[in-house]
Amino acid sequence: MSLKRTPLYECHLEAGAKIVPFAGYEMPVRYTSDKDEHMSVRNDVGLFDVSHMGEVFIEGEEALKTVQMLFSNDAQKLSEGKSMYTGMLNDQGCFVDDCIVYCFSDRKFLVCVNASNRDKDVEHIKTVAKDFRVEVRDESEDWVQIAVQGPQARALVAEFTEKSAEISPFCFAELKMNIGDKSVKTLVARTGYTGEDGFELYVKNDEGKALWNALVEKGSKYKVACCGLGARDTLRLEAALRLYGNDIDENHTPLEAGLSWTVKLDAGNFVGKEALEKQKEAGIPKRMRGFKMLARGIPRKGYAVQNLEGKNIGVITSGTQAPYLNAPIAMGYVDTDNAAFGARVNIIIRDKPVEAELVRLPFYKRDEK
Amino acid sequence: MSIPNDLRYTKEHEWVRHEDGVFTVGITHHAQDQLGDVVFLELPDVGTAFSAGDAFGVVESVKAVSDLYAPLSGEVVEVNEALVEQPETINAEPYTSWLLKFKSDADFAKLLSADAYEGLLKAEA
Repeated sequence: MSLKRTPLYECHLEAGAKIVPFAGYEMPVRYTSDKDEHMSVRNDVGLFDVSHMGEVFIEGEEALKTVQMLFSNDAQKLSEGKSMYTGMLNDQGCFVDDCIVYCFSDRKFLVCVNASNRDKDVEHIKTVAKDFRVEVRDESEDWVQIAVQGPQARALVAEFTEKSAEISPFCFAELKMNIGDKSVKTLVARTGYTGEDGFELYVKNDEGKALWNALVEKGSKYKVACCGLGARDTLRLEAALRLYGNDIDENHTPLEAGLSWTVKLDAGNFVGKEALEKQKEAGIPKRMRGFKMLARGIPRKGYAVQNLEGKNIGVITSGTQAPYLNAPIAMGYVDTDNAAFGARVNIIIRDKPVEAELVRLPFYKRDEK
Repeated sequence: MSIPNDLRYTKEHEWVRHEDGVFTVGITHHAQDQLGDVVFLELPDVGTAFSAGDAFGVVESVKAVSDLYAPLSGEVVEVNEALVEQPETINAEPYTSWLLKFKSDADFAKLLSADAYEGLLKAEA
């Protein structure tokens, strides 16, 4: 299968990005240095091309009912201009995907899905939607999505549309952005995947390059940096935002993943609800934990976790040397019986046990200003 | 991309210097560029004997874990402990950031010349 390119591909090449295959796309992994890009987002502002993410619209008379059935979080609390993070689960209560659902009205929703899951997500959504009077449209190929993240993100985006300053966290608006002499219709969402304040900007493909270039140009006074998938991964890991395929998948429930806050069992029926109720009653067998290293080593995805007696009790799902915290960090699952915070465990790194402590997530939380 | 002429190279993107019967090894500019920010090194102890091609250490970047391979058969005589403490130096100065020194009676000329290594990089590109 040949790899796809986002409409911003040439911009990345011109900026000297190193390109890697990711989820079927040729994507920039870094422009300069993972660490430098990471620090730019924590200290100033960074731009990410996230056009590979999928955009699926659910529209029609019973759109709200469809969204309620599809997602574990409570769609009732959504209203025009609000969004929510939620799991989309299978009958076993495990993740088909994790998504952000944007509400335009009770007749129109946008679901932002992971690129690697897009095809199966669309199939799943269409299957569930069969019982409702709605239309499901996969518009993933039509949209450029640019994430603007960091303490200067609001100032930078306000250069193009002052109204963006009025958007609260997890809310969005359809605004006209002034790019050169054009006025470009943009979905401006105050969401992100870095642990910083910021926006995700959705524009139609034709407008993508102009918007990216304008953000780079106007961003220079805010010390903007173009950022690749490398920095995106370390940023989200410091903030303990789950990554599908690493931390959550079709074998794990949101209760195990530490995402109970995205599950509203009292809010009405949804796919996977019965399985989650059963798991809650029977006891949640494993828990997502943070790991802080007590000896030298970097924990990585797939490494085994043992108790101090040498019994396997879990597995690391994401790990790295965290650039802002300047320390090795990891997330992973541990059997509930062994999951007490503060417990000492060994992570098996190249056949050797390396001691670590179970800690609460996230590792990094920005100061609320 | 710089490839000093006075060094020899391996197809695993390591450089080797030969001085008075002692061999010094590091990773190339290309290797550090592929890895990204280097954050961790695991090197064998002084006295460790190895055969050519053995995985004898590990270099980790933010994103990746890579084995280091012995360029020739030999025995470790010195490890760059200062580099272990500051592995990020490799990104800035790959050809002065040596990993370890070893003694060997193997034939240095078996390793790739700068020209041959440049050819390898072009073939991989």
